[in-house]
Amino acid sequence: MKAIKVLGTGCANCRATVQRVEQVAKELGVPIALEKVEEIQDIMTYGILATPGVVVDGKVVHSGGVPTRERIAGWLGSGAEPVASAASIASSCGCAGRG
Amino acid sequence: MSAAMALPRQWPKLFLVVAAGVWFAAYQLLLPLSEALTNLLPVERDTRLGGALQFFLYDIPKVLLLLAAVVFVMGMVNSYFTPERTRALLAGRAEGLGNVLAASLGIVTPFCSCSAVPLFIGFVQAGVPLGITFSFLISAPMVNEVALALLLGLFGWKIAGLYLVLGLAVAILSGWVIGRLHMEAYLEDWVRNMPPARATVGTDTVTLAERVQAGFAAVREIVGRVWPYIVAGIAVGAAIHGYVPEDFMAGLMGKDVWWSVPVAVLIGVPMYSNAAGIIPIVEALLAKGAALGTVLAFMMSVIALSLPEMIILRKVLKIPLIATFVAVVATGILLVGYVFNAVL
Repeated sequence: MKAIKVLGTGCANCRATVQRVEQVAKELGVPIALEKVEEIQDIMTYGILATPGVVVDGKVVHSGGVPTRERIAGWLGSGAEPVASAASIASSCGCAGRG
Repeated sequence: MSAAMALPRQWPKLFLVVAAGVWFAAYQLLLPLSEALTNLLPVERDTRLGGALQFFLYDIPKVLLLLAAVVFVMGMVNSYFTPERTRALLAGRAEGLGNVLAASLGIVTPFCSCSAVPLFIGFVQAGVPLGITFSFLISAPMVNEVALALLLGLFGWKIAGLYLVLGLAVAILSGWVIGRLHMEAYLEDWVRNMPPARATVGTDTVTLAERVQAGFAAVREIVGRVWPYIVAGIAVGAAIHGYVPEDFMAGLMGKDVWWSVPVAVLIGVPMYSNAAGIIPIVEALLAKGAALGTVLAFMMSVIALSLPEMIILRKVLKIPLIATFVAVVATGILLVGYVFNAVL
């Protein structure tokens, strides 16, 4: 059982991330315990600079933007993917309409 | 995998060259195509409806093409400037030059208004001075790729350039003023009590092919989200072009109306629209006699200051600091409006 936390204050991207993680886990048949962390004070204890963030078994693996299905599958499969700052390369904004 | 899919992954450089060529060819074809299309329609080109239709048929593909190109390039550029790297560049900077650097990085660092709070705290925690953090937070949403692409498409490069320079100036000066006011006491207590963090940059090995993919992702996400606003904005703009008499706006938003700039800013602050919807309408107003300074001030206040953003920031800032932030930025925008109306 993988413990997965999605960090985000409830923006569109955060909800999309939760949905996608659930979906990929279901497709792969991997049991997960998914938790949403929505309080900004709690989110900040993980030291991320952009939301949504993803924490797998206590380790921050992603921040900023909705992660791709491939990356989620990677976390669920081996769970040993290195913490990549390259994670934030797809961090364009999906929240209510700026820009 | 088909050849067209394989190209950007396997030969990203070749793909970029080919894509640029195709893009320029398409861009050159727009005007003749839109004229031809309008001629096919059963309306006279010289009538109001004909004029509005041609404007609509030319501007929509033009703006969408420009937007796709600018967003793609910015998506690639963004992949070089992660928030972590920007924070490391700004930590411990002296004010002045630090404000300039922060405002400039605000353009190229990926930013989302829902990430404003974590970013703000992360910056302050790592020792980025408050004024420099604000320079970044003001420039990041205001000088964004969608606004620049639309200005480029609808107004031309001169006004797009002016917006870029003035947006940076407002961000640099406002941040500097806020820094001088030493308002650290008006951060929420829990923010001030956070343990300091070290600004570290993870090692990243992003390949060019991955940056190209990041560009695609940005286009899918941003263009996919804003195109309905652009089409709606251009439709309203086209209607104004075709039906509102020349100089109609001169009496309301013209140069000689001194109060038009503050009113434009006051109306703009609580409005929460994106650049995509507002710029095409503003372009049409300009054509009908509104003054450029007034129009720029309106646009900047709509994009840079918004009620939802204040509510988000309230979680980390006490009210006096938010009020100062709004007042300083609004004053900067006001100055931009007046200077423009006076000079042009």
